[in-house]
Amino acid sequence: MQRASWLRLLFLLPFAAVIWVPSYNRIEPTLGGIPFFFWYQLLWILIAAALVGVVYRAEQPPGPGARR
Amino acid sequence: MNWTAIVVFVGLFLFITVLGFVAAQWRRGDLGLLHEWGLGGRRFGTFVTWFLLGGDLYTAYTFIAVPALMYGAGALGFFAVPYTIIIYPILYVVYPRLWSVAHRHGYVTAADFIRGRYGNRWLGLAVAVTGLVATMPYIALQLVGMEVVIGALGFPGGGWFGDAPLIIAFLILAAFTYTSGLRAPAMIAVVKDVLIYITVIAAVIAVPMHLGGFARIFAAVPPAKQLLAVPGPGTLGSYSGYATLAIGSAFALFLYPHSMTGILSSSSARVIRRNAAILPAYSLMLGFLALLGFMALALGVGSMPEFADGFKRYGPNFSVPALLLETFPSWFVGVAFAAIAIGALVPAAIMSIATANIFTRNIWREFLHPACTDDEEAGVAKIASLVVKVGALFFIIFLPQQYAIQLQLLGGIWIIQTAPSVMLGLFTRYFNSWALLLGWMVGIVSGTWMAATLDFKGAVYAIHLFGVAIPGYAALYSVILNLAVAAVLSAVLNVVASDRHKDVTLAEDYA
Repeated sequence: MQRASWLRLLFLLPFAAVIWVPSYNRIEPTLGGIPFFFWYQLLWILIAAALVGVVYRAEQPPGPGARR
Repeated sequence: MNWTAIVVFVGLFLFITVLGFVAAQWRRGDLGLLHEWGLGGRRFGTFVTWFLLGGDLYTAYTFIAVPALMYGAGALGFFAVPYTIIIYPILYVVYPRLWSVAHRHGYVTAADFIRGRYGNRWLGLAVAVTGLVATMPYIALQLVGMEVVIGALGFPGGGWFGDAPLIIAFLILAAFTYTSGLRAPAMIAVVKDVLIYITVIAAVIAVPMHLGGFARIFAAVPPAKQLLAVPGPGTLGSYSGYATLAIGSAFALFLYPHSMTGILSSSSARVIRRNAAILPAYSLMLGFLALLGFMALALGVGSMPEFADGFKRYGPNFSVPALLLETFPSWFVGVAFAAIAIGALVPAAIMSIATANIFTRNIWREFLHPACTDDEEAGVAKIASLVVKVGALFFIIFLPQQYAIQLQLLGGIWIIQTAPSVMLGLFTRYFNSWALLLGWMVGIVSGTWMAATLDFKGAVYAIHLFGVAIPGYAALYSVILNLAVAAVLSAVLNVVASDRHKDVTLAEDYA
């Protein structure tokens, strides 16, 4: 049985980040020559994946049943 | 003709052909049952599902079209990245519930679920037909990806001889899908993804080295392509366009029948949740792949005489093949092109299986032949998968490519109209089935109308609120309209003619 955790609210963050286009539509600061616009969104792939991982961990029931 | 590349390409193709037939023996089940043939017996664990969904969602057309959009239109083409950022929270929250209820009741398609949840066969039919219609052009577009790399290998385009490689590839696809069902693309997806990862990693390392680093690459890209255009006064311009394209596409993605098939074939709801955390590895790859479009610009492949013919035939879609041809030795070009071509076969196979499942379960069995046996059902699905593929092949050979692209664009607008029934239906039974059906109709008509005003050339439609123009993805606007109609009408119908007693699912079926 799966219990939804309040941590799921964290999922609103990637939505907010993506919708707020003016916050990342710029060149500086560049990273390794890549403009902010591009590396910032690539970074959010990792952040969003980590958030899913955190929620998964929190909702996983403990015990031997967790392995499968 | 590039013989070294062709030999490697054909060799890899033969290898996956063998694999496709061997797959029938893998995790053996009775292929005379629809859920064994069409869902691989719901037996795929975390690892296989990762490859299967990765191969399913990140298609050959993506590999060609996303960098091509960057090459042609610039930063706007990068919307594929925010799109793939937000699909995974959606996958995590919504679709394990679908898996659970489908597992408990033996549902193979979204329309099966609708039929059980709402007890309304017409709403089921609407969802089924939407899935069929949205998927057909999508299969055809996979062939576009394959066509481009076959052309880039040096085969002359046009005529029966020019189409021969494509037809052979499709016959192979049809044969192993028929015999092995979903097991074939699942097994081939592993090979395809390994090849794709090798190609992308090699390109992302080799090309910047060749060109002198990312800074040089971006310096060679026109400034107008490096960022979204800043909106003028009185409009949200490209900002709202970019954000709504990402969000609308994300909500639509897992409603497509082939995504659904990938989800339902996994062995538990937990497998899906885990994959929501590890599938983003593909998004990262897609992001770098998109940047290949800029690398092609920086390299100046568009003005090289040896590629003039390719660009004339395939337009910006030729930018990535040209980049690969220019940067890599022939044998590696063979590997990379094989990755793209096999990358077309995997989703095409899953799509044809998914549409065959829908036709069989939700049209043939529901309306035409309710008394059929399980064996007959699986048999019809196998035949249907062949018909679907022949249809897609005719589509691409006899109709201008533009139609496939326009229909796929419409497909995105149409498929999202099933969101209120399917996605919200997993959480609440507030909605009345007739209200949902009317909402669906309003969404389809309004979305199609918005696309029509754009001459079916784009999907970003401008609405005006309080004197501000808000250009946005027509799919998102039309589904909001759809939802509003369904919600308001449900409030009325729930009082006068509630259909909640027709729900055969229980609350605990979703956990």
